[in-house]
Amino acid sequence: MSESDAPIRVVLAKLGLDGHDRGLKIVARILRDAGMEVIYLGLRQTTDSIVAAAEQEDADAVGLSMHNAGHMTLAPAMVGALRAAKLTCPVIVGGIVPDDDVEALLDAGVAAVLGPGASASEVAQVVRDAVAAAEASDDATVGGSKVET
Amino acid sequence: MARVHKPVDEHYSEAAAGSRLALGRLLTLVERGGPEADQLSELAHQDTGRAHVVGITGAPGAGKSTLTGQLVHRYVDAGRRPAVLAVDPSSPLTGGAILGDRIRMYDVSEVETGQGAPAPDDMSADRRPFIRSMATRGHSGGLALAVPLAVRLFDAVGYDPVIIETVGVGQVEVDVVGAADTAVVVATPGMGDAVQANKAGLLEVADIFVVNKADRPGANDVRRDLELMLDLSHMTGLDTMERGDADYRPPIVMSSALDGTGAENVIAAIDDHLVYLGQSDRLRRRREHRVRTEVRARLKQALDRRVDDLLATDEGRAMVAKAEQADLSPTEVATALLDILFE
Ligand SMILES: Nc1nc2c(ncn2[C@@H]2O[C@H](COP(=O)(O)OP(=O)(O)OP(=O)(O)O)[C@@H](O)[C@H]2O)c(=O)[nH]1
Ligand SMILES: [Mg+2]
Repeated sequence: MSESDAPIRVVLAKLGLDGHDRGLKIVARILRDAGMEVIYLGLRQTTDSIVAAAEQEDADAVGLSMHNAGHMTLAPAMVGALRAAKLTCPVIVGGIVPDDDVEALLDAGVAAVLGPGASASEVAQVVRDAVAAAEASDDATVGGSKVET
Repeated sequence: MARVHKPVDEHYSEAAAGSRLALGRLLTLVERGGPEADQLSELAHQDTGRAHVVGITGAPGAGKSTLTGQLVHRYVDAGRRPAVLAVDPSSPLTGGAILGDRIRMYDVSEVETGQGAPAPDDMSADRRPFIRSMATRGHSGGLALAVPLAVRLFDAVGYDPVIIETVGVGQVEVDVVGAADTAVVVATPGMGDAVQANKAGLLEVADIFVVNKADRPGANDVRRDLELMLDLSHMTGLDTMERGDADYRPPIVMSSALDGTGAENVIAAIDDHLVYLGQSDRLRRRREHRVRTEVRARLKQALDRRVDDLLATDEGRAMVAKAEQADLSPTEVATALLDILFE
């Protein structure tokens, strides 16, 4: 199959110990119905377990669901852990994040933040855009050389 | 996606030296097919033949992933380095998929990030399992090519055993598991599983039966049903026609994968089967069968392409038009095109 129609692969997980995974399951279905492959990790994941999965699954994006105040530390930690493992995939955060925090998360390298009100098509589009942007920046970083994986 | 900027052979050397990042990327190339996958196929081929390839199949929800997780833990504890290829169906409508096997592999992440992880300067000590989810993508031809190549790649870069999990429905999936060194068929109580396995053609490929969910009522009934079917197929001699081994009778192992009861016995049965294959030239014949299956899949794909190409030429379109105008029957058109194809 050609590169252009290879499905986007997304690792979906909930970081930390809180809550349920109802919202995450809904997102999983939305992304599947948008033609993506969702590697579903579910609840109680750590940054390490998500990095391990993203590496083995060659994920194009990591989607994190968060419903507590931990997002301000956990999401940037996730970005840092992925980059430390040389994984360039974008991190998308879903959950209730106050407006003030959104800006800070984006500054910290999170690719996008999706609120609970996002529609199915918005969710899918945000993932597609984030993946496309990351690929474009990969290509730009690499240029003609063979430095980057 | 478009992150593979290095030549395939560089990625391959890195993967062979223990880079999980490189291996992850290579597996994406495998799934995508095309010239890079072909190149990889050649590279990996030189290094294959060391891994014990184990297929695990059975009805949806039988506990294949849970069991696989238990096996993976035990293999790692025993100092081996297992890889898993977990195949899940894509939605035929959207091509998308939810790949959920990984989370069923109980606490595998603990092994991934915990004791199995090597010191950064000693990749050879890396005993972490490598688990890759693969969607069927509604391209059965693609699956028939991607699975064997992924298995060879795992083997070539040093994983052993290599476990393939598939739902035992479609023919391609049965073929894939049937092409393993050891095929494990998982049945469960209360679903008429023995009968289902029979219908799906799984009895013929099974080297080992696992009755999982043995903590549930009815497990012994499943065992009895399986024994009965084995007796029958043994009598008719139909069981092992393809792979030619009339004396072999698959063991039936009871398991409760949720808590790992019986997992040791499953491992022992898998090991025993390899020993059995090693007697006389059974292993060689089994692998010859596997190579033949892969070559056949590749030939089919290549022929399919040539057929599509031919039908797209002016000549092909003109011939098809003749059938549409009722000058020639579709059979006659196909015969004429076949001549063109092989001339
Ligand atoms: N009672 C009981 N439940 C089990 C056992 N093994 C697995 N399960 C449960 O059965 C369900 C399905 O388990 P999986 O391991 O995902 O089964 P699977 O065959 O991999 O399923 P698919 O990949 O979706 O076809 C889960 O809820 C497991 O917890 C067992 O030995 N006993
Ligand atoms: Mg499974």
